[in-house]
Amino acid sequence: MPATQSRINDFVLKIATVNGTGSASANGLLMKALFRMGIPVTGKNLFPSNIQGLPTWYEIRANRDSYMSAAGRVDVMVAMNVQTYHKDLIEVSPGGFLIYDSTWPRERTLQRDDITVLGVPLSKLCNEAFSVARIRILMKNVAYVGALAALMDLDLEIIMTLLEETFASKPKLIEGNLKAIMLGYDYAQENFTCPLPARAETMGDNSGNILITGNEATGLGCLYAGATVGAWYPITPSTGVMDSFTKYCEKFRIDPETGEKLFCIIQAEDELAAAGMVLGANWVGARAFTPTSGPGISLMSEFIGFAYYAEIPSVFIDVQRVGPSTGMPTRTQQCDVMLCAYASHGDTKHPILFPSNPHECFQMAVTAFDLAERLQTPVFMLSDLDIGMNDWMIPELTWDDSYRPDRGKVLGPQELKKMERFVRYLDVDGDGITYRTLPGEDPKGAYFVRGSGHNRYGGYTEDSDAYQDVIDRLLVKWETAKTLVPDALLSKAEKPTKLGIVAFGSSDGAVTEARDRLAEQGIHVDYLRIRAFPFTHEVVEFLRSHDTNFVVEQNRDAQMKSLLMLEANDIADRLVSILHYNGMPIPSGCVVQGVTDHLEEEAAA
Amino acid sequence: MTYARPKIDLPGQKTNKLGLALRDYEGALSTLCAGCGHDSITAALVQALWEMSIAPEQLIKMSGIGCSSKTPAYFVHGAHGFNSVHGRMPSVATGALAGNRDLVGIGVSGDGDSLSIGFGQFGHVIRRNVNMLYLLENNGVYGLTKGQFSASADAGSTSKRGEVNQMQNINAVATAISMGASFVARSFSGDREQLVPLIKAAIAHPGCALLDVISPCVTFNDHPGSTKSYSYIREHQHEATEADLISPREEIKASYYAGDTHHVRLHDGSTILLRKVDPDYDPTRRNNALGFLERHRSRGEVVTGLLYIDQNVPDMHAQLRTTATPLKDMEYVRLNPGSEALAELQRRMK
Repeated sequence: MPATQSRINDFVLKIATVNGTGSASANGLLMKALFRMGIPVTGKNLFPSNIQGLPTWYEIRANRDSYMSAAGRVDVMVAMNVQTYHKDLIEVSPGGFLIYDSTWPRERTLQRDDITVLGVPLSKLCNEAFSVARIRILMKNVAYVGALAALMDLDLEIIMTLLEETFASKPKLIEGNLKAIMLGYDYAQENFTCPLPARAETMGDNSGNILITGNEATGLGCLYAGATVGAWYPITPSTGVMDSFTKYCEKFRIDPETGEKLFCIIQAEDELAAAGMVLGANWVGARAFTPTSGPGISLMSEFIGFAYYAEIPSVFIDVQRVGPSTGMPTRTQQCDVMLCAYASHGDTKHPILFPSNPHECFQMAVTAFDLAERLQTPVFMLSDLDIGMNDWMIPELTWDDSYRPDRGKVLGPQELKKMERFVRYLDVDGDGITYRTLPGEDPKGAYFVRGSGHNRYGGYTEDSDAYQDVIDRLLVKWETAKTLVPDALLSKAEKPTKLGIVAFGSSDGAVTEARDRLAEQGIHVDYLRIRAFPFTHEVVEFLRSHDTNFVVEQNRDAQMKSLLMLEANDIADRLVSILHYNGMPIPSGCVVQGVTDHLEEEAAA
Repeated sequence: MTYARPKIDLPGQKTNKLGLALRDYEGALSTLCAGCGHDSITAALVQALWEMSIAPEQLIKMSGIGCSSKTPAYFVHGAHGFNSVHGRMPSVATGALAGNRDLVGIGVSGDGDSLSIGFGQFGHVIRRNVNMLYLLENNGVYGLTKGQFSASADAGSTSKRGEVNQMQNINAVATAISMGASFVARSFSGDREQLVPLIKAAIAHPGCALLDVISPCVTFNDHPGSTKSYSYIREHQHEATEADLISPREEIKASYYAGDTHHVRLHDGSTILLRKVDPDYDPTRRNNALGFLERHRSRGEVVTGLLYIDQNVPDMHAQLRTTATPLKDMEYVRLNPGSEALAELQRRMK
């Protein structure tokens, strides 16, 4: 057996189970225990598109340097699913550990010379201690938490506190859970040398941080933005956004006296209808949005083009999953960049926001509504399954109580009174944004919304010049959009360099970690994180000031690179793609390898 | 082009409770074919809205795509209009009325728009019982693309070019009743006396009111082989009920009680008076209505009148328990829980 490297607060713990067996709460317990020990931690779900009975994994990465991306290694595997023993055994990194339920010993099948296999008879222990069949299954999960507490030196007191908090309303359950914890804990203490080299140690202070998914943060953002109408059609992996919005609306938006709801959430018959509802509600002046995923955007595209041309504010949240077509609904990708940028037929283009983590999901959800109303156009927020459905540690969300929504250029009866005549599409201010009115307020403000050809006065037209006048003015608005969207974030390398990395969204963690690894090898890379489309001026400047720009993205066809080339075609030969698109979150190793491979090729040439 | 109608104020013209003349409920000049049934429906709408004294700015006019969907431009120029995409008017109406429940919503659609491309939304807006008038201008034909059969064309009827329609038709009213609609009526664009009170009753009804109006297409479907022509409907119309809307302030006169009368009191205090023209008809029983419709359909007859009503079906906002204040007018401070609540709710995320 090889000498095992010490991995204090730098390990990956992976748990293989069967979905529907209640392992989620056990995994949550492990996450929170590490979190409360002050260790930076992330948790990634790997689950099937299925409800019960198929293999599912949960991967916890604890890392003292706060690296959040997929690590590409497994130090401790808890193999609770017989179906996947073989696969799970292979995945353990050399020097690592595999823990399994040895009620049915499998020493011969679970063999590898370079790892340590630890058998804990979890079923046997739980069957002896608990009488109800369902409880036995659930407690088996809690018992492996106990075993891990001993093996990885988790703080038992914290685990007990967590159990007390979890079951505060059902105190009867605390005793059973504690018993299960101790079954695993005691067995491990008695039979193995605890702790393992891969273990936890109380570290910093996480009291300023939270654990949250991107979807939950997005729903909260919509709540704080003052959205009142949510229309949606359920689709993985975006469903959590509306679940979150609903949960918090129920908590904060019910009139205490009447029980009436200060919100309207409509589960539509399909995504087409959801988009139509969003347009209708925004047209009358209510903030409305829809969360969806790629297939939903395909279906909504006709309405998106309508909203672009008729200039109706609307917010579309796309939690991306793997395409094309149905693809892999429970895997992640950044594959809808092009789709959203130019959604719908004819000349259309739309602002997009790219959050990199749940913190930005919260903030950008608010920004999306402000931009949509300021620019009177559809605005997209492109999250993905990795951000949306996985557990992230982020700084606590904060709110500025002086914030007020930017409703954009809306004329009410007071303003209309001073005007001789209202027309809808006249660019008075020269920024390409025209004034709108809301139904229900004043007959003087009445106009006709149409997706057919219209002139600057809002009238129907088939006149070439009048049509072109409006479509050209929309380009002026596009230029204005560039000054309003969030700017890109620059992170300079320690030393001057002609190498740059451009990335966005959930690739951020992998790039951050990769830059440190590359710097250790003497390769210094500047990093620009794009946060919006249209690109702000510093994006093109960055690309022009570096000889080689690595564009990191999670799709096959280099969609962001294509978008950059369309916006600045003089920099095409400076762009090198680093692509990752197998459906798993991008690991830092992929970025390191992409950069070093390219530099080696260049050196050889 | 949109052709504005010259506005001429005539001295001594009648005004409604808002002091508005009938002309104030007109819109741009119609660009439909001369004699189009849709223009008669527009005229009936103008009359009904004027009689009801609905403030123009309180009205929203929505439509999809097709000849019928052009008509919102032709009535009430002081109301906002939304000519959406094909078959999707119901979703726009649902969103608009979700955002501002005080608006009076009129959705104008056609048989292609509602029964083919938009059949899904047609069904779901009815299920959701969104409080609006859903006006289906039904001519059995695709007019704008020059005469293809629509889904409401009867089996065996012919096109102008002589092709015979082989498929069964989708019967909008029977479909709506079977899906649980709360108000279903059918009329004929050429029967203004029946149409105006039905429009008024439909607008007053607190839910989704489907009004299917057979509206002959003079250019493509007004020929001997058509079952949606002026002459066919005039010969085969079978009036089941007569309806009238009595406003809260009007007294219900004894003359209304002639014959078998049924009245439906609405939440706003107005009353829909229903007179059974055919004694076999019961517009409050779904089974009876469906059976009656089918019996007469098999004889080639087109049953008209208020066919089904249940004013107690909860509308979308009642189902969702939405507040009475229009959501678009909700003060932001009431919508935002604030920084302290945000800090508090994150405690369980630690």
